[in-house]
Amino acid sequence: MMKMQKKTIKFLAMLAYGAFLLASFLLGFSPGKQIGYNFFSFSIEMLRILPCAFILIGLFEVWVKKEKVEKHLGRESGFIAYLWVILLAGTTVGGLYVAFPVAYSLYHKGAKLSVIFTYVGAAAICRIPMTIFEASFMGLRFSFIRLLVSIPLVLVSSIWLGNYLEKRNYKIMSGK
Amino acid sequence: MYIATGLAVLISVILDRKKTLVALNIAWKKFIAILPAFLTMLILVSIVLFIVPDTMISQYLGNESRFTGIICASSFGSITLMPGFVAYPLCGILLKKGVSYMVLAAFTTTLMMVGILTYPVEKEYFGVKVTIIRNVVSFFIALLIALAIGFFFGEL
Repeated sequence: MMKMQKKTIKFLAMLAYGAFLLASFLLGFSPGKQIGYNFFSFSIEMLRILPCAFILIGLFEVWVKKEKVEKHLGRESGFIAYLWVILLAGTTVGGLYVAFPVAYSLYHKGAKLSVIFTYVGAAAICRIPMTIFEASFMGLRFSFIRLLVSIPLVLVSSIWLGNYLEKRNYKIMSGK
Repeated sequence: MYIATGLAVLISVILDRKKTLVALNIAWKKFIAILPAFLTMLILVSIVLFIVPDTMISQYLGNESRFTGIICASSFGSITLMPGFVAYPLCGILLKKGVSYMVLAAFTTTLMMVGILTYPVEKEYFGVKVTIIRNVVSFFIALLIALAIGFFFGEL
């Protein structure tokens, strides 16, 4: 019941937002137009990336066996598991919003929590195309120091968070 | 990326048509399931970017002392969302204007790691608790990175 109500409110809020944008464009209300412009430019940015990301996730779910992921990224996997996901993160495009569904699929295929947190953290900080772009504006030295400092921090915090949640038998729900 | 995805689908079709259809179906279902969360995020992004435009960010990062600069930079980085091709050129300009590396590191790192605006999406996948812990931890990591940058660039 509560959930239904929350959903209805959310839906109404979205409707109100849409109506506000429409009215702004019709009446030439410039803050509303600016918000609408922001909305569309970000939507296009994401629509360019998300379909590919989800298709690849779908293929991953169908073709990669659970035992394989468990063996390499699961509880019995060693330190090399972190290296694998950092490399995978390096090739991730987009941003955190792409990393979340990928991490989610990895988890449900048997990857352990600390590994998927490492993946999310690394996808935030060491995507290769982004780092190249960063270096061209901030200098190689900046990018180099940033990577060198951030990767260990992400690793340590992910392992800590993973173990902490694992001890409390934390499970990420399925169905998304 | 389109080429890579296209190739992957093509190879999959050649290997097994049925499985590929299942994969595309999974992809579609997952996409639809998370779409409301993405929509919420986009709405928030559009409003926040209106309230906190780039010009305001440049102003605050440039004019303050180092300490306030870092606080402002990490707050802006946490609450906004910007693709790299917008953020780094902006930082490049600020750098030329004399903003310290440390402050810019605080800004870009929180921008990448901390996502208040991506919260609606993240909580759908990981739950509220993990999302909050991850973002708080990421915020402190970003501060540490900024300090390390400041140290190596002799700005501390």
